[in-house]
Amino acid sequence: MTSDTGVETRVGAQHRAAGRPISTGRIGDKIFLHAARGSGILVLVIMAAIAVFLVWKAIPALQRNEASFLTAQDWDPNATPPKFGIAQLAFGTVMSSLLALLMATPVAIGIALFISFYAPRRLASGLGYVVDLLAAVPSIIYGLWGLLVLAPHMEGISKALNTALGWIPLFGGDSPGKNSIFTAGVVLAIMILPIISSISREVFVQVPRANVEAALALGATRWEMIRLSVLPYGRSGMVGAAMLGLGRAMGETIAVAMVLTFVPGINLHLLEDGGSTFAANIAKSFGEATDTGRGALIASGLVLFVITLVVNMAARAVVARRKEFV
Amino acid sequence: MTAPSLAKAPPPARGSALGAPSARRKITDRAVQGLVYLAFALAMIPLVSVLWTVVGHGLSRLDPTFFQFSMNGVGGKDAGGGAYHAIIGTLEQVAITTVIAVPIAVLTAVYLVEYGAGSRLARTISFFVDVMTGIPSIVAGLFVLALWLLAVGFGFSGFAGALALTILMIPTVVRATEEMLKLVPSDLREASYALGVPRWRTICFVVLPTALPGVLTGVMLAVARVMGETAPLLLTIFVTKAINTNPFDGPQASLPTFIWDQAADPNQNSIDRAWTGALVLIGIIMLFNLAARLVARRFKPAGR
Repeated sequence: MTSDTGVETRVGAQHRAAGRPISTGRIGDKIFLHAARGSGILVLVIMAAIAVFLVWKAIPALQRNEASFLTAQDWDPNATPPKFGIAQLAFGTVMSSLLALLMATPVAIGIALFISFYAPRRLASGLGYVVDLLAAVPSIIYGLWGLLVLAPHMEGISKALNTALGWIPLFGGDSPGKNSIFTAGVVLAIMILPIISSISREVFVQVPRANVEAALALGATRWEMIRLSVLPYGRSGMVGAAMLGLGRAMGETIAVAMVLTFVPGINLHLLEDGGSTFAANIAKSFGEATDTGRGALIASGLVLFVITLVVNMAARAVVARRKEFV
Repeated sequence: MTAPSLAKAPPPARGSALGAPSARRKITDRAVQGLVYLAFALAMIPLVSVLWTVVGHGLSRLDPTFFQFSMNGVGGKDAGGGAYHAIIGTLEQVAITTVIAVPIAVLTAVYLVEYGAGSRLARTISFFVDVMTGIPSIVAGLFVLALWLLAVGFGFSGFAGALALTILMIPTVVRATEEMLKLVPSDLREASYALGVPRWRTICFVVLPTALPGVLTGVMLAVARVMGETAPLLLTIFVTKAINTNPFDGPQASLPTFIWDQAADPNQNSIDRAWTGALVLIGIIMLFNLAARLVARRFKPAGR
């Protein structure tokens, strides 16, 4: 590109000297445009390649599979004959991320309201930064903290929940433990707080000033103002934010892998030790995986990819739809 | 940040002409205010706890040995050993990632803002950049495993890890750069065009330099983010306890996988090493975050 620069300037100088129209830099422009557009297209190519290569490398393992991939609960791709299914992984992924979503969304929206409407103006951006720090902590550190600090505390909480709400099957069971899907859900909730709250804040900032002031002028208290003008306006944005959080939670690997103790089979009692998720299973089983084993893990990763893709696209569509109304 | 500073919020607005709000409305208002404060306080608990425990436990092994030695020949029960090999690995992998990802991402953003604005291709790319942000990191690792290791046939290496991190880094840098390019006033572009400067030179020498501090901030935040990624590295750089300075050949270590490896060992000496690894990792990441904020504050873009 440097040589083109030289040519361009020289040509331009000649044109200027001759009093003719100056070069429009067409060659340089063309190269630069192609480089820029090429990079953009590369992004699309990468997305397509992810799907293609995962499918390609998953097929041989799926063909050798002796169990039903969608409904079987065991994960023994290294055995002969290989038998593996994603039922347990899907159950663990959905349950842990739904739990995380239920715990994180109200708190995250509370944080967003706090920073946008309750905190003193001068502190607001600083407080936002503090919440973003939660997102800066890497998942491996949440995993370490979850395993060694949070999990021991969760045992008591799980027992209390089990005693109080044991009549609900999900909270039932005889031996509530600390390395349960519930604990994983709590760790995930902490990890998805910042994304939900920062996107909600973005929405709240855009609430038309006139709506807010109109509500206050009519004598609304601060909460009534929020209920009348902020929440209706921000509803789809908050839904989108929660869905993005859900996508994050489903794909989270290391923290979950460290917190959960693997016990085979679906266990409806979420407070008991055990369970696994797509991502955690990949991280944990990869070390000992044979060829078929790797293929099986890629197949399960493909399912995870498709699920998170759908959730993310839906979330983006919801958030984008709001933008059109602005 | 703590309760006392939050306590003094401005009084709720009162509609004097309509009479004071009824007691029930006041109580509801106060209750919601309490809940909102509680939500924020609740979020601070894990943050403080994580930082507190990482610093508290990590300090015990924060000694010169930790930075000078690898884990080669050091068993789980043994004291000593360090993360030299892991720190080298992380720095190399992240450097390679940055070198690959930043040009692609910046050019993509340039296309989205300067060339493609509003076109169908640009909208498609923009949408998929958003979607790409949500790709689970483990899937990025699986993709590189399927493409680079299984289909092409290369072995585990730091470079393979960097490829996986690249996929995670591109969307964040594209978004940051895009925001910054949009802030550049169009007066600047038009002034440049009016002087007869070709479009690409305008972009390279007028638009990008104006947006540079913001782009730099975005890049540093992205670096801090990929530096803590563990899952994709497990599948691409694999595990090693020895020093490997060549990122293109053979398994390499990295700080996150070092922590993962050490935490899996129940011996206290290993757990201590894991905590110190966590402290070092979080220290580097916070440094990058802080530097990014400083750059952002120091050189605000010349936008409006």
